[in-house]
Amino acid sequence: MNGAQDLGGAHGFGPVEAEPDEPVFHAEWERRVFGLAMAMGFTGTWTLDGSRAVREALPPVEYLSSSYYEIWLKALEIQVAENGLCHPEEMRSGVSQAAPSPVKRVLAGDQVAPLFDGGFPSDRPPAGPARFGVGDRIVARNIHPAGHTRLPRYVRGRPGMIERVHGAFVFPDAAADGKAAPPQWLYTAAFTAEDLWGESADPGGRVTIAAFESYLEPRA
Amino acid sequence: MAAADHDHEDHDHGHGHGSELSPIEARVRALESLLVEKGYVEPAALDALIERYEHQVGPHNGARVVARAWVDPAYRALLLADATPAIAELGIGGRGGEHMVVVENTPDTHNLVVCTLCSCYPWPVLGLPPVWYKAPPYRARAVIDPRGVLAEFGVTLPDTTRITVWDSTAETRFMVLPMRPDGTETLDEAGLAALVTRDSMIGTGLPVSPEAAR
Repeated sequence: MNGAQDLGGAHGFGPVEAEPDEPVFHAEWERRVFGLAMAMGFTGTWTLDGSRAVREALPPVEYLSSSYYEIWLKALEIQVAENGLCHPEEMRSGVSQAAPSPVKRVLAGDQVAPLFDGGFPSDRPPAGPARFGVGDRIVARNIHPAGHTRLPRYVRGRPGMIERVHGAFVFPDAAADGKAAPPQWLYTAAFTAEDLWGESADPGGRVTIAAFESYLEPRA
Repeated sequence: MAAADHDHEDHDHGHGHGSELSPIEARVRALESLLVEKGYVEPAALDALIERYEHQVGPHNGARVVARAWVDPAYRALLLADATPAIAELGIGGRGGEHMVVVENTPDTHNLVVCTLCSCYPWPVLGLPPVWYKAPPYRARAVIDPRGVLAEFGVTLPDTTRITVWDSTAETRFMVLPMRPDGTETLDEAGLAALVTRDSMIGTGLPVSPEAAR
């Protein structure tokens, strides 16, 4: 979606402010939100793409004025309620007032290390041959999906070139809604800074994105 | 406990004074209570997740990968060609690093990693990302003004060095292999790893020189 999260190239946000020796978490509540979001994600009620979709769909002013873990908290509350896992009144009181809804799985303490050491790969057997190869000239499509996409606005309609072919992966635009869709070939697509930013470009600069096949068209 | 001894300033006793919790603390506590009561979340899992990502996984992992690549040309070649198994050789991997790509800095090319759309970051090698990586200023400016961003980090590159910015828009995750500093010929891998900063593996910094590390 063309939401507040699609920040590449935006002006007005000021200098990058790096805190020296920054702690991983700045408050106990941040720790808990991190853990809760990860554990609830494991239940299989929603996908990681779905979580990103809910975060980026926060109203723009709210998104931009919330801290990172505030965004996680707000999105988690929405996901828990929208999936019928808790009722909003229960979330206000912190006390359960109804039987739990069934979930696919619950993360046990002793599962964390083996599962997170193994990871959760997103690659899948491809549905067909790759359309593009290394060196192919492409253009990023000028699409503006209202739902979740990982094609940032700053590349749409811009000419680029395939630099790598990564294999086929779960397609996030569909997975965000839990919709079944064939895996898509994923590429590194490179763009010159000049093609993206014109006169504002860093000379000789390049920007790459990881682009799904349906984000791209060939060009002569 | 006498009332006079009971100092309420700026700490949370945890003994039932609900008014001491900030609104967000209370909100999170209520949510956690509820999710645990419903059986969706086990407290031991929360503790293990927090412990893992606050104390176990961190940039010391990536530093070992970089140091190995600096001393072993065959490892370096594998790392650049197929990073995930190369990193796994050092016992590093997992969630957030299932599909790794390592990009090397050279005198001609400097690499910078960003996630403009959210906060995608190579957790197994770097841990959780710092606030600045996840906040709008970096996400907005890294792709359009990388030299300006680097200058704010105290990094100035020659004009002849070109910058490639890697926007982490899918599940591939990027780590920069910085150039080995001069004057490090006598250092072993552990000594080399100590020079590798977190920021040098994102691209917003350079490794520490051996003089500065002493």
